[in-house]
Amino acid sequence: MSNLLNSLLVMVLMLNLFALGTSRIASVIRTVAMQGALLGTLPLVLHGHLSGGALLIAALTITLKGVVIPGMMNRALRDVKIKREVEPLIGFQASVILGALATVCALLFAGRLPLAAAHAGTLVVPTAIATVLTGFILLITRFKALTQVMGYLVLENGIFIFGMLLVQAMPLVVELGVLLDLFVAIFVTCIIVNHINQAFSSLDTRRLASLKE
Amino acid sequence: MAFLFIFFPVVMAALAVLIPSDRWRPWLLPAAGTLHAALTGVALARHAPLSPTAWLALDPLGKVILLVVSLLFLFCSYYAAGYLRNRGERPNRVFCVCLLAFLGIASLVAWSRHLGLLWVAIEGTTLVTAPLIFFNHTQRSIEATWKYMVVGSVGIALALLGTFFLAYAALHAGHETSLMVHDLVQHAPDLSKPWLHAAFVLLLVGYGTKMGLAPMHTWKPDAYGEAPGVVGAILAGGVTSCAFLALLRAYHICVAAGESVYVSRLLLLMGLLSMAVASLFMVGQRDMKRMLAYSSVEHMGILVLGLGLGAPALFGTLLHVVNNGLTKGILFLSAGNIHRAYNSKSTEQVSGAMRRLPLSGTLFLVGFLAITGSPPFGPFISEFMILNGAFTTGRTAIGALFLVLLLVVFIGMGATVLKIVQGRPAFAARSTPYRDSVLTGAPMLGLLVLVVVIGVVLPAPLAALITDAVRYLEGRP
Repeated sequence: MSNLLNSLLVMVLMLNLFALGTSRIASVIRTVAMQGALLGTLPLVLHGHLSGGALLIAALTITLKGVVIPGMMNRALRDVKIKREVEPLIGFQASVILGALATVCALLFAGRLPLAAAHAGTLVVPTAIATVLTGFILLITRFKALTQVMGYLVLENGIFIFGMLLVQAMPLVVELGVLLDLFVAIFVTCIIVNHINQAFSSLDTRRLASLKE
Repeated sequence: MAFLFIFFPVVMAALAVLIPSDRWRPWLLPAAGTLHAALTGVALARHAPLSPTAWLALDPLGKVILLVVSLLFLFCSYYAAGYLRNRGERPNRVFCVCLLAFLGIASLVAWSRHLGLLWVAIEGTTLVTAPLIFFNHTQRSIEATWKYMVVGSVGIALALLGTFFLAYAALHAGHETSLMVHDLVQHAPDLSKPWLHAAFVLLLVGYGTKMGLAPMHTWKPDAYGEAPGVVGAILAGGVTSCAFLALLRAYHICVAAGESVYVSRLLLLMGLLSMAVASLFMVGQRDMKRMLAYSSVEHMGILVLGLGLGAPALFGTLLHVVNNGLTKGILFLSAGNIHRAYNSKSTEQVSGAMRRLPLSGTLFLVGFLAITGSPPFGPFISEFMILNGAFTTGRTAIGALFLVLLLVVFIGMGATVLKIVQGRPAFAARSTPYRDSVLTGAPMLGLLVLVVVIGVVLPAPLAALITDAVRYLEGRP
């Protein structure tokens, strides 16, 4: 059981590096979609017993993170007619190396954290930390509005992984609320992205610089 | 009761979707505001015992925030009806729907006794206010909305991680994981300290981003600058108060855990930093709405500083939440009127506002005097109490720094405000048709009356409400 869990988490970690290494925005979207769908299966693997609520959350997470949100992002991408992230703040290879470093640091750091005995042997906490860091790297080093949104999604995925340890604390209604918030946030963001593209003829957030002191 | 608070604004929002007329739809806002204020009156008067297992219950802290949001929304709703009549050229369906939805979600924030639910609601306030900032559909407002969404969402995501850490602190201590405020406060002394510390830092950064504490305040001048005045009032008085409630919850748990030294050091640092950054950017500020945004950063700093000072300053801090919300209402609403009349918010074009718009111009000046802590207005009382708290706890240096920063803000903000209200209006400004009207004038006067009443007599029911909240926060029954 712990083996299956850990191999899923290793896949999540590898998808992080994929997302950092590609310049095609469509590939980033696909990678993050796969990661989201993978995360949807985690609660089932982690807790073994299949209650109705857990199944519902898993199904909704997979649909939302694996299908609906990537669909919305792909549509936005089609509308804005761009394909690649050009000139990121640091290059793609350097991003991958940075991501790998972040993963190593997360593994070392999690080893020193005071974890409950049940969680010490799994990769849940280091994966969560590494994924959050990957999200930040994407958010900071990429300039296309859509890639930044993907960075936010990866960040959110990392937090979701940590939340796996705390199912009792997050009742069904709250889980549903979190998913609803995520959906609405992406929906609103896609609308703004579209407006950015119309008003600035570009998705480069460096053009959004008229408001300053 | 809780469901009524949350669902009737949502039903009104659904109604706003269905009404086809841009002329009649805005009248739903005053209707909702009035009904909500009446309900709030009933809810505050009731003394139901707090059930430890209820997700939705109104504890004394929630009552204070509910009061601020409800009063501010009441006045803003009438103003919004007048504002939208002047802005007949823009469709207002999304605006009305989002404003009504905000009222429902903000009520959920005040009622929520589960930290996960609280997070969902606060993220909700970000989502429904983003389209409000976007109301003018200009390039600048797109930029402001984008920054608001990105910075706000990332910040609030960190707050979710902090919330999880809190639950993990309980799990690590061998308790059943729960995010109910009641359970966490009960088990606080056993919580795992490293996780609790990490949780507080993340919650402070996350909800602090939402409040606009420096250095996470960067979205604030942009968002407040580009949003219509009435939205600025809702953001500066309503959304920030909601985020502050979340921070109060985290503070409550940490103090119950005996970690008050650790948290107060962080809070004092953030508070002073926010005040310092705000005062720096306020000096020589040409844009009046951006100036108000920095004033909001400053007052969020004051709130956090007051919290950091602890027991002797808590009454003043909670009173300051009320004062700040109401006074920011006066300032943003009058600034909105001045913006309409001059078609500009820069001191380069705007001068002589007291001649051009006697009511709004005067109220802008009075609002400035109130927010900077001049007697006889409410903020004077609450800021004085916080200052007093600094000296009684023996933190003389912090008290002195607090005073100096207040003075710098007074001078910096005063220079800009005087440029706006004094002098003669330029010819271009005299030719626009905009005049003060009952709907856009009376709400400001109403807010002013409240601020003066708090400053002069401090009504007994309000004092009792805040005393209850302080007792609750300190864990005394």
